[in-house]
Amino acid sequence: MSRMLRRLGEGVSPRAMIALGLVLAALIVAPLVSNGYVLSVLIIALYYAYAGQAWNVMMGFAGQLSLGHSLYVGVAAYTAAILFVRWNVPPIIGMFAAIVIAMVFGAVIGFLAFRFSVSGVYFSLLTIAFAEFTRIGFDHFTWAGGSGGFFLKVEGRTADLITLRGPPIMFYYVMLALTALAFVFCRMLTQSRVGYYWFAIREDQEAAQALGINVFRYKMLAVIVSSGMTALAGVFFAFYYNNLFPEQIFSMARSIELILGPIIGGLGTLFGPILGAFVLTLLADLVTEVLVLTGYDIPGVKQVFYGLCLAVVVIWLPLGIWPPLKRRLGLEGRS
Amino acid sequence: MNALLEVRGLSKSFRGLKAVSQVSFDVPQGEIIALIGPNGAGKTTCFNMIAGAFPPSEGTIRLGGRDITGLRADQICRAGIGRTFQIVKPFAGLTVHENVTVGALNAFADLGDAKAKAAEVLQLLGLWQKRDQPAASLTLPDRKRLEVARALGTGPQLLLLDEVMAGLRPTETDQMVAVFRQLNEQTGLTILLIEHVMRAVMALARRIVVLHHGETIAAGEPEAVVRDPAVLECYLGAEAL
Amino acid sequence: MPAELIFNVAVGGVLTGLVYGLMALGLSVIFGVVRVVNFAHGEMMTLGMYAAVVLFGSLGLDPLLMLVPVAAALFVIGYILQSTLINPFVNRPEHSQFMLLVAVAMIMVNGLLMIFGPNARNTLVSYALDSYQVGPLIIDAVRLYAAVAAMAVALALFAFFKLTPTGKAIRACADNYLGAQVVGLNVKRLYAFTFGVGAACVGAAGCIMVLLIDVTPQIGPAYTLLAFVIVIVGGLGSMPGALLGGILIGLSEAMAGLFFVPSAKGMFAFAILVLVLLLRPQGLLGKKA
Repeated sequence: MSRMLRRLGEGVSPRAMIALGLVLAALIVAPLVSNGYVLSVLIIALYYAYAGQAWNVMMGFAGQLSLGHSLYVGVAAYTAAILFVRWNVPPIIGMFAAIVIAMVFGAVIGFLAFRFSVSGVYFSLLTIAFAEFTRIGFDHFTWAGGSGGFFLKVEGRTADLITLRGPPIMFYYVMLALTALAFVFCRMLTQSRVGYYWFAIREDQEAAQALGINVFRYKMLAVIVSSGMTALAGVFFAFYYNNLFPEQIFSMARSIELILGPIIGGLGTLFGPILGAFVLTLLADLVTEVLVLTGYDIPGVKQVFYGLCLAVVVIWLPLGIWPPLKRRLGLEGRS
Repeated sequence: MNALLEVRGLSKSFRGLKAVSQVSFDVPQGEIIALIGPNGAGKTTCFNMIAGAFPPSEGTIRLGGRDITGLRADQICRAGIGRTFQIVKPFAGLTVHENVTVGALNAFADLGDAKAKAAEVLQLLGLWQKRDQPAASLTLPDRKRLEVARALGTGPQLLLLDEVMAGLRPTETDQMVAVFRQLNEQTGLTILLIEHVMRAVMALARRIVVLHHGETIAAGEPEAVVRDPAVLECYLGAEAL
Repeated sequence: MPAELIFNVAVGGVLTGLVYGLMALGLSVIFGVVRVVNFAHGEMMTLGMYAAVVLFGSLGLDPLLMLVPVAAALFVIGYILQSTLINPFVNRPEHSQFMLLVAVAMIMVNGLLMIFGPNARNTLVSYALDSYQVGPLIIDAVRLYAAVAAMAVALALFAFFKLTPTGKAIRACADNYLGAQVVGLNVKRLYAFTFGVGAACVGAAGCIMVLLIDVTPQIGPAYTLLAFVIVIVGGLGSMPGALLGGILIGLSEAMAGLFFVPSAKGMFAFAILVLVLLLRPQGLLGKKA
């Protein structure tokens, strides 16, 4: 255990540790100095930071491009919500069922893809197909509300972690805790055999296999871990927004939103998804504010902005914002 | 005493084309054996079958008495065979040290132990100075050394080298030869190599097996093989002996 | 269920499928030759559709007459896209290229949303409600003309690749990239040209499609996916395969709509895609990798 703790800090410069501590402190204090609107924006940023971190495990670490991750958010959200509304199962317990179900979906997709050697763009298309299939399926799943939606009752302003009912500030700290835990968890993964094997698979599968790595097993592990982590984002979504519509939660647009943070922030890095999510969310909000003020608030502007950001990063900053920024700030450590 | 690697009746057909036909040879423990022959002779196909890239159509392969025919590449590595690739495949996004650590994780479950083993191997192959460089930034000779280091990291009993000298200058070739000699003498590492560079073959190999059109046409000590009329007739490499 | 109804729906499905096939043909050209995963394919078709809507609205011209100019405009757009955004980044990892086109698609969809708003538009031509009766068959005039137009464009495309020097050069590039360079073909220019041709194809398909369905900015992604399904089912690198795939998908969608819940017919295409990816990845007419 102590070995793992030591390993967590290995190779990280003291400067970086302090910077990280400052960021965490700022995030802990932020709600106390923000109004309701800013708080809601921060919650969204943290949501995308966490979900992006979960997706990053599959793509940034193991190199499998999933474009249907909204599937896991959706099935987890519906599972936890249905258990709560129909059988009064509180989300603190329901979340385990949600995680399991998301992992099962992930395992099925992973198994089919990896057993049948579906890779590259075909793999991505497969993930999209599953998400879309499920979306249309839930549209007709009247028991879960169908396309009309599934609703949770909004009640109580007192914070209750067990049922995830409460004021926005409670949701903020829940999301912050999740994001921080995910960060530490991902750090543990990268400093372990699993992480190294994933990176090897990402770089060159054939070479990885020749070094004794059971590529199928480790790819499955990546999909299962990623889908399980994403499930928690889904549970959060259900209890924060209190309404679920298949067209929204399973949509391809949602899947793409999830991956913007990590890609713009820095694929395969630890801090990238968090930075990317915050930069995107805050910038997009700023852009919306400016447009509203100048009277140009037309639907679609924000998405065009996202598209431009994505294009700019892909063309000029292929590794994302974080790696060059990290170097500029002098936060790089030894290997 | 049984040889470390026993190849019996190895054959492979690709949709009717016989690439390898009834090849048999032994690689005794602690020795260095070379597999040579003109291009298209079937050397790399044999290699790939031993390394588990694809199964043979016929024949058996035994490692230390254990039948490893048809096992997957990762199973073969865990069984004790390390291999390099003809066209090197470094993990470009990882550092040199990380590359070899991946290999060492085959022998050591703990990351710290694997890193230590990797450090040893890097020093042996003269890559320690460059350990924190990304593998993508290495020159070709260094990439070849990295390829060998990574395979060595897995802690193999048998090392398969696929044309590792290709593209190296004579001084670099001699350096590599020295490394393999040292490994073989000090640790008893068994080596099977495919090579076109005769300079290296003659310096290293205890025995040579010659393939042509997928069949064995000669096998024996280097001096005898290079004088064998059948071998001279087909091809004996572009370099002067 | 009366046999006539089934037959009519089937014929309708096949005719629609031909238009799908034309759209997928564009992707087959782009994906099959230039190896670009054109994630903006459906969005390019939407561009063509809106072009037809605008021209119809302002000049009253039938979309079928607008085929050539719209296709030409899309050709230019495709050429520019390939030469500025894709050719320079051909050495980047696969997912980079992919994400770039995702970005282009996002910009296209939402750009259209900004300009035209979310409401559905269509082109109500004078013969929109006509139909022909052949025995028990009742065929919509619109669907028939659309299918014929699609066939005409497809045939023109086949002729281009079979008979013209540029077309042959493009096929050479597809077959053997290095060899094509060695014999002196300007591969980058040909790639841009090919992307343009594919875009023209999908632009023409859009012009035709606008006779069959209403257009909103959001339909782009669904048709991108449909194009990929068709190309994969029909077989990558096979142009007849794209048409065949289109007909199959059009037919199965129509049948699924008839026998199951109509709104669920989208699920069918995805189920077929999964099955094909797993069991016969080279598709019906494609070459085995």
